[in-house]
Amino acid sequence: MALQLHHRASPAVVVTLLAALAALPAITHAIDEPFYLVLASRILLYALAATSLNLLVGFGGMVSFGHAAFFGTGAYVVAIAASHGLDSAWTAWPLAMGVAAFAALVIGAISLRTRGVYFIMITLAFAQMMFYVFVSLKAYGGEDGLPLPHRSVAGAGLDLKSDTTFYYVTLALVAAASGLLWRLVNSRFGRALQGIRENETRMEAVGFPVYRIKLAAFVIAGAIAGLAGALAANQSDMAGPAMLHWNQSGTLLVMVILGGTGRFLGPALGAAVLLLLEEFVSAYTMHWQFYVGAVLLAVVMFLPGGLASMFAGRRRDG
Amino acid sequence: MAELLHLDALVKRFGGLTATDGVTLDVADGEIHALIGPNGAGKTTLIHQIAGSLAPDAGRIRFNGVDVTRMSLHLRTQLGLARSYQVVSLFRRLSVRDNLAFAVQARTGSTFQFWRAAADQQPLFDEARELAARVDLADRLDAPARTLAHGEQRRLEIGLALATRPRLLLLDEPLAGLGPEESARMVDLVSGLRSHCTLLLVEHDMDAVFRLADRVSVLVNGRIIATGTPDEIRVHREVRRAYLGDDVAVHDA
Ligand SMILES: Nc1ncnc2c1ncn2[C@@H]1O[C@H](COP(=O)(O)OP(=O)(O)OP(=O)(O)O)[C@@H](O)[C@H]1O
Ligand SMILES: [Mg+2]
Repeated sequence: MALQLHHRASPAVVVTLLAALAALPAITHAIDEPFYLVLASRILLYALAATSLNLLVGFGGMVSFGHAAFFGTGAYVVAIAASHGLDSAWTAWPLAMGVAAFAALVIGAISLRTRGVYFIMITLAFAQMMFYVFVSLKAYGGEDGLPLPHRSVAGAGLDLKSDTTFYYVTLALVAAASGLLWRLVNSRFGRALQGIRENETRMEAVGFPVYRIKLAAFVIAGAIAGLAGALAANQSDMAGPAMLHWNQSGTLLVMVILGGTGRFLGPALGAAVLLLLEEFVSAYTMHWQFYVGAVLLAVVMFLPGGLASMFAGRRRDG
Repeated sequence: MAELLHLDALVKRFGGLTATDGVTLDVADGEIHALIGPNGAGKTTLIHQIAGSLAPDAGRIRFNGVDVTRMSLHLRTQLGLARSYQVVSLFRRLSVRDNLAFAVQARTGSTFQFWRAAADQQPLFDEARELAARVDLADRLDAPARTLAHGEQRRLEIGLALATRPRLLLLDEPLAGLGPEESARMVDLVSGLRSHCTLLLVEHDMDAVFRLADRVSVLVNGRIIATGTPDEIRVHREVRRAYLGDDVAVHDA
C-alpha cells in the first residue's frame, strides 16, 4: 500500500488519552504519590518538544541536531524576564515563543541552505554557539543557570505554584499545541512538507517554494519548542545552559526515534518511555543509561518504525 | 511563428569540460522541437539550465519575453516551464493520485494554508484523476509509484509535468528503456500534447524524432551544428558525418 499523507486521529484514542491524563491528579492524590504528578508534567512538556522536533524530522525530513537551542531559549526568556520583574505567564510565555521563533528564523535561514549531514552539523554548531552564549552571560547565572524567583503568574485564579494546577495548565497547552501541529500536518502546508521529505527536487520542479516551506516549518517547530522550554523553566524553577546543550538535542532526537517518526503521537510516546525508564531504572542502578541504550538498540533493530508502530493497525508504508 | 524560448550564447563548464559551448537556439510557440545528439553531447545539461536546476556560466535564457537566466526552478515552473527527467524522479512511496495532487497543489497555490485538511479538498484529487486518465494511468491511482512498470513511471513523469499546465514542456528521453509497445504508446501521448503546449524533446529514437518533430536541432560536443526541418536534417552533410552515420541510410531506404 502507498504511504498515506493524511494522519488520522482516532477519536477514541484521543478521548481516552485526554481522559486518563485529566484523571491523573486524582490518582496520584489517592495513592499519595505527588511526585508522579511532577514527573507527568515533565513528560508532557518533553512530549511537546519532541513532537515539534518531529515536524522537522518525521514530516519534513530535516534532521535537526540543534532543537534544544529553541527549548533552552524559551526557558531562558522566562527566567530572564522574571529576573526583571516580568513574571506574567500571559506575556512571558508568548515572548518565549517569539524569541525562540526568531532564533529559529535566523538559524534556519542559514542552515536550510545545506542538506543531509551538513544540515545535522550546522544545526548542532548553532545550538552549541547558543549554549556558550548563555554560559558566558554571568549576569544571568553563567554556568550555574538562572533560578526563577517564583513561577510565572497566570492570574485567573490559577496558582502555578500548585503542582496540580501547573499540571493542568501544562496539559491544556500541550494538548492545544499538539492539536494545532496535527492540523498543520494534514493541511496543504503539511502535505507540501511531506512531499519535500519524499523528493525535494521534484517538489521544486513542480513549482513549490521549497526553501520557504522548510523555513516556515523550522520557525513553527522552534516556537513550539520555546513554549515547551517556558514550561520547563517553570517546572524545574530555573533555566540552565544544560537545557541547550547538544546532549539535550540528542535526547529530543532519541525520543523522536524511540517513539517513531512516522506517527504523529510517536515522539510523545518516546518522551514518556524515555523519561519513565530514566526515572525508574536510575532508582535501581547507576548504570541506567546502559539499559536505556539497550532498549533503544532493541527498538531500532526490531521496531524500525519506533514504539508507536506496535499500535499500528496497518503499516502505511507497504 | 513567435519564439517562446530563446537561448543566447549559453555556456556551461564542468571543470575543464565545456558541456554547453555557446548554444544559441530558438523554440517557436506551438512547435515540437527535437534536440538530438550523441551520448555526452550536453543535451541533459542544456535541459537542466533551461529548467533552472543548473546555472549557466555565461549567456542568457529568455522565456516568453522574460529573462529567466537567474530565476529559481520553482518560479520558472510557475511561469509555465516544466520538465520531465531522463532518470524518472517521482514520489516513490506515494500513490499515483498523491503524486499528481502535489503538482496540482503547487499550481493552485495557497500552500501556506495551515488549518484546513487537504485530504478534504476534492478539487485536488479530481484534477489528479483527470491527469491520470490523460497519461493512461486511470486504473493505477492507488498504486505506489515505485510499484509501477517502467513505462507507467515514464507516463507518470509526464503527468507530473502536465499538472503544472506548462507552456513549454522539456522532455528528456521519454522513450528511454521502453519496449516497442510502450514506445508507440508514448509517441501517441507526446503527439497528443502538441495542441496543449510547446515541446522541446530530447530523444535518441530517430524514428520517433522524425515522426514527431516540426524542427530538429543537432547538438555535438556542446555546440548546435544544425537546425532545420526533419527533411533538411536528414540530408544535412555535416550532421550525417558527425552523428547520424549509417542510421540515416537505413531510414532513407
Ligand atoms: N554534474 C556534472 N559534473 C561533471 N560533468 C558533467 C556533469 N553533468 C554532465 N557532465 C558531463 O557533461 C557532458 C554532457 O553530459 P549530458 O548528460 O548533458 O549529455 P547528454 O547529451 O544528455 O548525454 P546522454 O545522451 O547520454 O543522456 C558529459 O561529458 C558528461 O560527462
Ligand atoms: Mg542526457
